[in-house]
Amino acid sequence: MNQWAFVIAAYAVTAGATIVMSIMSWRAMGSAERAADRLSDRA
Amino acid sequence: MSPPCHKKAGSAAPTQRFPTCAIGKKPYWRSPPGAATHAALMHRFANPARFLKIARPLTQWLFWPGLALILIGAGCGLLVTPADYLQGQTVRILYIHVPAAWLGMGGWTGIALAALVQLVWRHPLAAIAGRAIAAPGALFTAICLATGSIWGRPTWGTWWEWDGRMTSMLVLLFLYLGYIALAQASARDGQGGVSHVTAIFGLVGAVNIPIINRSVVWWNSLHQGPSITMRGSTIETTLLWPLGLTLLGFSLWFGAIVLMRMRAILAQNKVEARMQRLARG
Repeated sequence: MNQWAFVIAAYAVTAGATIVMSIMSWRAMGSAERAADRLSDRA
Repeated sequence: MSPPCHKKAGSAAPTQRFPTCAIGKKPYWRSPPGAATHAALMHRFANPARFLKIARPLTQWLFWPGLALILIGAGCGLLVTPADYLQGQTVRILYIHVPAAWLGMGGWTGIALAALVQLVWRHPLAAIAGRAIAAPGALFTAICLATGSIWGRPTWGTWWEWDGRMTSMLVLLFLYLGYIALAQASARDGQGGVSHVTAIFGLVGAVNIPIINRSVVWWNSLHQGPSITMRGSTIETTLLWPLGLTLLGFSLWFGAIVLMRMRAILAQNKVEARMQRLARG
């Protein structure tokens, strides 16, 4: 049994999940703040 | 004992802007500057504008150093530290599994504290903080379970065992999913943060945290006993040091994600409030 395969799988799962969470949170924050700014400009 | 009031008994204080105690009489986030109560100190940041002034730069300061520490710690854990004499290469999973467990449990502790602050002091940002913590907390609990399972296969010969530690961690994941569902329902009902029912759920769910922590002591388990305690560590120093880097890195990253999510919720609330005002004319 190649132990490195398990190590790489564990790191890949963690890297993938943290990258997806970072991108989703960043985009949600950016789009919400842009929408709020646009509405402030309109008012 | 009643909370300290910034108005002395009997003094008229005609020039004071808020002549009554900040708690109960006036909105607590409008307590006058210099009010030396713990509640006033806590509520200084209840004003979203004041909070955002700090949160905007802090998001960057937490995110980038956190990411750098994760990369350095994980890189050293993969390439620099030696293999364990018993577990071989699989010991390297330690550098992501332990921070994931720490943040999964730490996240729910944060939710419980936010719920307490929301219910007792009615801090408007506490509910938003609780909602913002839930998703990254659930993510790290899932990562902890996944990496633990991957670690278990070559070490114990099984992907899963219904023992105290693994089962209580799985219960934590289900608690997170329940909390997220309740928080979404609160948001749909037009509340910015989470409802009182959701906050109570967050508070009651905290009973699982000491159970997870003590599970390896209370029950026979395939999972190893506590390696790092207040009295020290049983892990060899040559293996241990990158764990400090990844623990700190993931914690900073977690803080940045929570701030991003809080900023998103605050901006959405602002848009919703403005739209309602425009609709009313």
